[in-house]
Amino acid sequence: MTAVFLREVGAYFKGVLGYLFAAFLLIFAGIYTMAYNLSGAYANFEYVLDAVSFIYLIAVPILSMRTLAEEKRQRTDQLLYALPVPLYSVVIGKYLAMLVVLAVPMLVMSLYPLILSQFGAVPMALAYGSLLGFFLLGACLLSIGLFISSITESQVAAAVITLVVMLLLYFMSALAGFVSTDAFASLIALAIFALLFALVLYALAKNPIVSAATALVLVGGLYVGYLSDSAAFAGLFGDIMTKLSVFDRFYTFVNGVFDWTAVVYDVSIAAVFLFLTVQAMEKRRWSE
Amino acid sequence: MIEVKHLTKRYGSHIAVSDLSFSIEKGGIYGFLGPNGAGKSTTMNIVTGCLGATQGDVLLGGHNIFEEPRAAKRLIGYLPELPPLYTDMTPQEYLRFVMRAKGVPRSAWTRELSSAMDRTRIGDVKDRLIGNLSKGYRQRVGIAQALLGNPQVIILDEPTVGLDPAQIIEIRELIRELGAEHTVLLSSHILTEVQAVCDHIMILSHGRLVASDTADNLTRLFAGRTTLRLLVKAQQEDVRRVLETLDGVEAAGFGPDDPQEGTHVDITPRDDQDLREALFVRFAKANMPILEMVRERASLEDVFLELTQDAPSSEAQAGKNAEEKEEAQP
Repeated sequence: MTAVFLREVGAYFKGVLGYLFAAFLLIFAGIYTMAYNLSGAYANFEYVLDAVSFIYLIAVPILSMRTLAEEKRQRTDQLLYALPVPLYSVVIGKYLAMLVVLAVPMLVMSLYPLILSQFGAVPMALAYGSLLGFFLLGACLLSIGLFISSITESQVAAAVITLVVMLLLYFMSALAGFVSTDAFASLIALAIFALLFALVLYALAKNPIVSAATALVLVGGLYVGYLSDSAAFAGLFGDIMTKLSVFDRFYTFVNGVFDWTAVVYDVSIAAVFLFLTVQAMEKRRWSE
Repeated sequence: MIEVKHLTKRYGSHIAVSDLSFSIEKGGIYGFLGPNGAGKSTTMNIVTGCLGATQGDVLLGGHNIFEEPRAAKRLIGYLPELPPLYTDMTPQEYLRFVMRAKGVPRSAWTRELSSAMDRTRIGDVKDRLIGNLSKGYRQRVGIAQALLGNPQVIILDEPTVGLDPAQIIEIRELIRELGAEHTVLLSSHILTEVQAVCDHIMILSHGRLVASDTADNLTRLFAGRTTLRLLVKAQQEDVRRVLETLDGVEAAGFGPDDPQEGTHVDITPRDDQDLREALFVRFAKANMPILEMVRERASLEDVFLELTQDAPSSEAQAGKNAEEKEEAQP
């Protein structure tokens, strides 16, 4: 794990990627700090973080596109498979290296509230709580980027897919507002997702019986639920979308609530996607 | 050291390796020989744990690669067909990374590093970026990587492919040196290379092991099959009668009749004895002039071609034999 971790950190900072990522984050954080805190004379640093959270849309693909897609293209993944190192420690090493690169601009940004406090009272708890939430949001999104990089063959494909996913996540709660609140529409939407899940299962496991059974159980369960209590389905799909929105979880930090459920949520999402990444690498080994 | 039992690898409906079994003892240089697509790389990838198998088992020093991958992988150094090098590192950094990943104790780093770099002669380029190195040097960095951690077995997949003749000779010498201390398994589709370097040759064709022996034995086994091609100025029946009187004839195959010239016949001598003199005397006594006599000796090249090119039709052949058997039954 340490070997992969050190190599990755070295690669990020010997090349241009680590600096590009840090510069990108810091430029936007700087501009918004200037606009809100210096010109606008707000004492709240969390407003800056709230405003710049959109830069993850670009910054996450920049950082994560290379990590596993490039190993595959250069055939260096063969070395990783042949080394006496379990795959999960390779994946964790890579992920931790990305977190270090993410932490560098965060450390610089953590100085801003201190600087601002020279000119007046800054709500420190709020500022640093939000900064931690901002870091967790980034860590969560990077795990998704890492997974996408593990299932693509080229950096460009990884970057584009990651960007699309980030956009969907960013606008998820806004899109939820447009979803019909009709109970039957929710049922249909959830049924479509259940079928999609079964399809993905089929693509991965190539087992028609298990996939069909899963689809049947999920869709059947939804329909039974709908028949017994159709009122509960009213607006359910939109609610689920809002609940799943990673970005919305971050906004609660900005609003002054240190939300432990959000911390657990971010860490769980990261754990799930790291697990999926290991599985994607295992799968390559078995079906290539 | 390496034991492969009933290994099968299927890609969809294509069978890359089919029920392959072999074992490799400690010491010496072993060569996988086979045309492209014979399953050499696939087998090596499975043995080194880079690829899963559809069926079968691989034991490395008693450790099953699928069940105890870490213990098994510690025993091997592997150079895949394309050296897995990070082009943004220098050889020195790269080798340090591999040592750390292989769990080489830090106290041994300097010794291991200098020994691997000395043996592969990459000391001159140790601080240049791998991306800027020539193919020959990259190959050597790849071999140096395999040597780290002093593994008992070194597996090299097509180690000389794409190198110029001088580099090929250097790499072959290096492999011979490695053979003194490690068990080396290499693959190649070039016969002369395997013949020049390896103590033991395994010929693969269409995912099957078709021959496995020392280079000398393989040559001897098939060189035994000398054929004498004769052109005799006589009728086919007369030639046959003369040959029947001769003791050492294993088989005689008659070519198409050529009334102008005489009779073409291919003679396979029994136990590789030299029949040339006897043939001359017999035919001379029978007043049948020998117009041509050529001795043809099978080289290892012929052995290789015969073993590997027959294979696609071997199933058809087997089918034909089965049919014949069925016909033979009343």
